[in-house]
Amino acid sequence: MAHLRNDSKALNMRTILYLIRKEFIQIFRDKFIGKAIFGVPIIQMLILVPAITFEIKNVNLCIVDKDLTTESRELVGQLEGSTFFKVRFSTFSEQEANNLLHKGKCDLIIQIPSGFGKKTSIGNPGRLLVSVNAINAVNAQLSWAYLNGVIRDYNMNIVAENAGSQTFTSIPQIQVSNRYWYNELLNYKHYMLPGILGILILAIGYILAGLNMVKEKESGTIEQINVTPVRKSHFIIAKMVPFLIIGIIDLAVGLIIGKLTFNIPFEGSIALLFLCSSIFLIAVLGLALFVSTFSSTQQQFMFTGFFFIIIFILMSGIFTPLESMPVWAQKIDLINPAAYIMRINRMIMLKGSTFQDISRDIYALTLIAITFTVLAVNRYRKTA
Amino acid sequence: MKRFLGFVKKEFLHIFRDFRTMIILFGIPAIQILLFGFVVSTDLKNAQVAFLDFSGDEMTQKISDKICSSGFFRKSETLLSFNDIDKVLRGNKTKAVIIFEKDFGRRLISEGKAGISIITDGSEPNMATLITNYVTAIVTDFNRELAGASAAGTLLVQPEVRMFYNPSLKGQYMFVPGVITLIMILICALMTSITITREKEFGTMEVLLVSPLKPVQIILGKVLPYFILSFVDVIIILLLSWFVFGLPIKGSLVLLLAESMLYILMSLSLGILISTVAKTMQQAIFISLVGMMLPTVLLSGFIFPIENMAKIYGWVSAILPPRYFIVIIKNIMIKGTGFLYVWKETLLLIVFTMVFIGLSIRNFKIRLG
Repeated sequence: MAHLRNDSKALNMRTILYLIRKEFIQIFRDKFIGKAIFGVPIIQMLILVPAITFEIKNVNLCIVDKDLTTESRELVGQLEGSTFFKVRFSTFSEQEANNLLHKGKCDLIIQIPSGFGKKTSIGNPGRLLVSVNAINAVNAQLSWAYLNGVIRDYNMNIVAENAGSQTFTSIPQIQVSNRYWYNELLNYKHYMLPGILGILILAIGYILAGLNMVKEKESGTIEQINVTPVRKSHFIIAKMVPFLIIGIIDLAVGLIIGKLTFNIPFEGSIALLFLCSSIFLIAVLGLALFVSTFSSTQQQFMFTGFFFIIIFILMSGIFTPLESMPVWAQKIDLINPAAYIMRINRMIMLKGSTFQDISRDIYALTLIAITFTVLAVNRYRKTA
Repeated sequence: MKRFLGFVKKEFLHIFRDFRTMIILFGIPAIQILLFGFVVSTDLKNAQVAFLDFSGDEMTQKISDKICSSGFFRKSETLLSFNDIDKVLRGNKTKAVIIFEKDFGRRLISEGKAGISIITDGSEPNMATLITNYVTAIVTDFNRELAGASAAGTLLVQPEVRMFYNPSLKGQYMFVPGVITLIMILICALMTSITITREKEFGTMEVLLVSPLKPVQIILGKVLPYFILSFVDVIIILLLSWFVFGLPIKGSLVLLLAESMLYILMSLSLGILISTVAKTMQQAIFISLVGMMLPTVLLSGFIFPIENMAKIYGWVSAILPPRYFIVIIKNIMIKGTGFLYVWKETLLLIVFTMVFIGLSIRNFKIRLG
C-alpha cells in the first residue's frame, strides 16, 4: 500500500512538471511576449525610476524688486544661491510678472515693495508678496516651504548681525536641527525603486497569468485538459509556477539594474525580500486566476483586471502616504496585496528591517495568498 | 451609407452587450475621480511622532503639546534613549522622532539658546520634508510667542503668500485634467486596437474584408462608437468634478470640448496604428497598457511635474501627445486662458494625428496572412 502511495505521489509530481513544461513552451512560443517579459521591466526601470520624483529642482522665479536696496539684493542673492530656485526673470512691472505666471514661464513671483530695506534695517518687519502657481498643490506647498526656509535663514542673518549691537541678545532662540535617516539626501530613486519593483511584478504576473488562462478557454484547449485526469489543484499550480519563476527573475533583473545604475542601498536580507515577493506573487497570481474564471475572453479579463490594478496601485501608497488616506480606505487596504509589498520592499531595502519588524505584514500577505489560491481552485470548473 | 450605419450599430451592440466593457468605459473614470478625490492625498494628517525628552521640564511639555495639538501630528510613544530611535522608525508606524536636549528649559532661559533635533524617516522623502517643515514652523511660532513683544526683531521679513489658480490647494486641480487625458488614451487607443485585432484573431476580419464595405468604412465604423463614448466620458468627468469637487471651468467650454475632440481623434488614430502593428490581442494589450499607460501616467506631467525630471525625460515626454493635452486642458479649465495660449500645443496634436493616420494607411493590409 505504502509503495502504491509513493508511486502516485511521484506520478502527481511528474504530472505537475509536465504541465509546467507545457506552460513554458506555450509562453515562449510567442516571440513577442517572450521578449517583452524581460525587456519591458528593464526598460521601464531605467526610464521610470529616475523620472518619478517629487523632488523640487528648478522652481522658476520672477523677481519684482521695487526696493533696489542692499537688503533686497541680499535676499535675491540668497535665493539665487539656493539649489531649488532659479531666478529666471526680473522685472519692475507687476503686470508682466503675472503674465509670465499665466503663460507658465515662471512658477513663483516674489514682490519686494519699496521701503523694504529701510524697514528691516531699523528693525521693523518688512513685507514680501509671494504669488505661487498652485495648480499642482503638492509642488506649491513644497516650494512655499523651501522659500520660507530661505527667508528664515535670511532673518537669522540679520538678527545675528544686529545681535551684538542691540537688544536682541535677550531673546531666547530655539535652534532646530534635523536629520533624515535611512535616506540622508532624500534620494527619490531610493524611494521609488522598491515601489516600482512591486508594481512591475504585479502587472507582469497578473496580466500574463490571467491572459494565459483565458486564452486556453478562448481557443478551446482547456477542454482537452479538462477531459484528462489532471486534478484542479495541479492544473492551477502548474499555471502559477511558471509566472512565479518569471516574476522572480524579473525581480532579480530589476534589483541588479537598480544596484548597477542607481546604486540603491540594500540594507536588509535579500532572501527575505525574495521570500516576501514570492508570497506577494502567489497572491497576485491566485487573484488573476480567480478573476479569469469569471471571464471567457481575453478582452473581458483585461478589462476587469485593469480595473483592479488601478485601484491596487493607487491605494498601495506608492506615490502618496497611506496615513493620509481616510480610515475606511485604510481598512480596504488590508486586503490589497500591493499595499503590503510596497511597505515590505521599502522597509527591507532602505531600513534593513528584519523578519520580526515585518512579521505581521508577512502573515497577512500569506493569508491573502492562500485565500486567493483556494478561491481560484474552488471556482475553477472542469465541466464547461 | 445604410450599410455603414448597420455596421456601426453592430459595433455598438458589441460594446453594450458586455458589462465588463462598460466597466472600462464608465467604471474606471468614476472610480479614478473618486479615488483621487477622496482617498489619494498628500496632506500631512495625524502623522505619528515619538518624543525623546532628555529634559522633561515644563517648556518641553508645552512644545510637545503644541506639536500634538496642531492636528498634523499624533504622539505615538515616549522614548528613553537614543537606541530606541532606530527601533521605532524601523517599526514603520512612527515617522519622526523629536529630541529635546538636556536642560532644555533652563538653558533656553539662562543662556538664551536651546536645541531641538528632528529625526525623520527619509525612506519617504515627501513625508520627511513636510514633517520637518511643519515641526520647524510650529517651534518658530512657539519661540515667537515666548519672546512676546520684544520678538519684533526675530521676524524681520514677513512673506505673504497668494496661491494662484488654486487658493485652497486642492489636489483635484491637478488630477482632473490628468484623469481625462489618461481615460481618453485608455479607451481610444486600447479599446480600438483590441477590437480590430480581435476581428483579426477570430478570423472575422476576413468576413468583413470580403463584404461590400470599404476598408475605410470598416475602420471608421470601428472607431466611431468609441469616439462618441469617449466624448460622453469627458462630459461625465467634467460634470462629476463640478458637482462633487466644485471644480469650475474658467475658460471657454466650447474650446475645451473642441480640443477634447481633437485629442480623442489623435488617440483613436494611435489605436488604429497599434492594431496595424499587433497581430494578436495580447500584443495589442501589451503595447497599449505597458508601453503607453505607464509613460502617460508618469511622464506626461500628470502626477510628476516634468520640470523636476532630468533633461532627457523632458525630451522623451516631448514625443508623448498626452503631455500637450494636459497643458491645453489646464490652461483652459483652470487658468481660463484662451486659444492664443494653447495654439502651439493644438498644432502639435494635429501633427501627431496626421502622422498616426499616415502610418496606419501605409501599414494597413487588405489581405491577411
